[in-house]
Amino acid sequence: MENIKLSFEKDSAIALKNIKLQRALNKAIDQFRNVRWRAVREFQDWEQLRVSARRIKEWTIDHLDGYLEMLEANVINAGGNVHWASDANEACEIILDIAQKHKVKSVVKSKSMATEEIELNHSFEGAGIKVVETDLGEYIIQLANERPSHIIAPAIHKTKDDISKLFVEKLNTPYFNEPEDLTKIAREKLRNEFLNADMGVSGVNFSVAETGTIVIVENEGNARLTTTVPRIHVALMGIEKVIPRFEDLPIFLNILIRSATGQKMSTYVSLITGPKRNSDLDGPEEFHLVIMDNGRSKILSNEETRESLYCIRCGACLYICPVYKKVGGHSYGWVYQGPIGAIITPQLLGIDKASDLPFASSLCGACKDVCPVKINIPRVLLELRARVINDKRVGARFLLRIAVKLWRFTMENTSFYNLALRLSYILQKPWIRHGRLVSLPFPFSRWTKKRDFPAISKIPFRKQWKEIKDLEF
Amino acid sequence: MYLIKEADKKIKVSLFITCLVDALFPQVGVSMVKVLKRLGVEVGFPEKQTCCGQPAFNTGFRQDAKLLAKRFLSIFDRDEFIVSPSGSCTSMVRVFYKELFHDDQKTSNMVELLSTRTYEFSEFLVNVLKVDDVGATYKGRVTYHDSCHALRELRIQDEPRKLIKSVKGIDFMEMKSPETCCGFGGTFSIKFPDVSVSILDEKIESIIESGADTILSTDMGCLMHIGGALNRMNIPVKTMHIAELLSNR
Ligand code: SF4
Repeated sequence: MENIKLSFEKDSAIALKNIKLQRALNKAIDQFRNVRWRAVREFQDWEQLRVSARRIKEWTIDHLDGYLEMLEANVINAGGNVHWASDANEACEIILDIAQKHKVKSVVKSKSMATEEIELNHSFEGAGIKVVETDLGEYIIQLANERPSHIIAPAIHKTKDDISKLFVEKLNTPYFNEPEDLTKIAREKLRNEFLNADMGVSGVNFSVAETGTIVIVENEGNARLTTTVPRIHVALMGIEKVIPRFEDLPIFLNILIRSATGQKMSTYVSLITGPKRNSDLDGPEEFHLVIMDNGRSKILSNEETRESLYCIRCGACLYICPVYKKVGGHSYGWVYQGPIGAIITPQLLGIDKASDLPFASSLCGACKDVCPVKINIPRVLLELRARVINDKRVGARFLLRIAVKLWRFTMENTSFYNLALRLSYILQKPWIRHGRLVSLPFPFSRWTKKRDFPAISKIPFRKQWKEIKDLEF
Repeated sequence: MYLIKEADKKIKVSLFITCLVDALFPQVGVSMVKVLKRLGVEVGFPEKQTCCGQPAFNTGFRQDAKLLAKRFLSIFDRDEFIVSPSGSCTSMVRVFYKELFHDDQKTSNMVELLSTRTYEFSEFLVNVLKVDDVGATYKGRVTYHDSCHALRELRIQDEPRKLIKSVKGIDFMEMKSPETCCGFGGTFSIKFPDVSVSILDEKIESIIESGADTILSTDMGCLMHIGGALNRMNIPVKTMHIAELLSNR
């Protein structure tokens, strides 16, 4: 993780030129926006639900230590094991340790952003343990050896054709074009993996402190199998996933599912409290919950950006974001994309590693309006921008600093301002074509490459004002 | 048409004209003056004003933004109503100044007092003066683009539409997703010009699809961006600030 340095500028340029990607994104996103809108509109008290969810998150995050301890005690009570990981390395070591103790040869995984964050698959593979993603989207991504480009729909950047070709290449299947056929192939392949696996690794959507229950929301049934078929189940969660009471759960299921997929309820919701009990027919013999910090307590300690931790990873902000729609998920360089990626990645990895992400937004605010827990993402982006500018390691370039100071100095003094207007009016003349500026020198060329710029007026408003202020109209 | 009755105390408005309108689109300011004066409002223009500090705030230069914000606060200190031809600059004063000075109680109080008197032009007409019909006429098919700050920071959505629909002879139609960003985003448009323009392309498509010959908005930032591409592509759609429309007779 130390060597990562993300570049939104470079990666987004590549994405914008990829016509296939543009088509895939356009289609999927337009479709989804409509579906979600319907799911939210039909729910009468949506706003009230958001307010409740937000309050519970605020309360829980403010009292996080207590709830995490409560969660730990109740998981242990139910016969499970709890492990604490301070960072990605520790989390990987803990999980690998469990696997090695039990001589695990093969692992199945259900969808989990936390395991992406710690690159768990690399650790398994490095130790010679086979690991298979069982969520269809993640399975595709694993076959293609890529990174997910959306926290809910990991393969959103791929067209049907891409996937068919991938299956032909990697699984030696004939070329199918129907999604049903592709799903059938994946399903057949995955059945065997489930039956042969010694260990299942899952994420956690919510964990309930008062009961020690972890909750997993999904549509394919693969998480249900991952958590019940193999003899060991390991679940990985970030510290922010805990909610206090069982009765808080309906609120969160409602806002998560409607925001994430536009459904009223997902096909599967698994509630898991400890390992298999004597009376149970199925279930793992051992249950391990790994609770991971990995930079989150640092976010917690900062009041200005703490609300970043309220995120329930529903993906709604990605779908609504005009920037995401154009550049796709890979431009954000890490496991979290879109508006939530732009605020959480610089905080988790370090602001110096992702210093252009807070700027990768037009600040249109559509994300804060859809976010089910009302995270004011533009406000956090602005806060992070200020941090970037003040950061000694990245900061603003010397010339930019000088330019801003000069600009501010001019704006602070009305006569300098007037002079600047006059000067700009004169200086612009060589570039004027038909009353407009069409190809300005750097850095203004960044505007005029594809857009005209209006010419500066001969008589600014403040001069015209003197003429009109006493007129009647 | 509404005229403030003789007996009423005259409403006094100070124009917060924004540096963009001052330097590039003075006709928008002039239009505002015309509309307001016709409605019997007493209009003033504090001549010391320059920029509210938003460009600095948005790029993370908070200290510079603070200096300009304080200057703004002192210039508009005593005015009854402050009205601006921009949802974005109005948001800066009404929403983001609070953010900027959240750890400075004294300035926060000033911001609080001032922000309740600061309005974007169309919401001032509809919500304060209670006017929908200003007596304007316009022959043309128009559509309206919601500027992001007006819509999502100030919740201005019906106000401009009421005003537009009341214009005599006008043919108003909504475009597809009028609320989607045009990709301007202030300095975003030059920090990531290609991303900005690809968002803009989608907006231009919606405008063309609507069949309008005029695109209206509350903000010259968006219109400068949209118009810049329309010009470049030789698309015969005019950009027009809502004040220009409303001053047309
Ligand atoms: S920030 Fe809000 S909208 Fe975005 S993923 Fe998180 S909860 Fe969902």
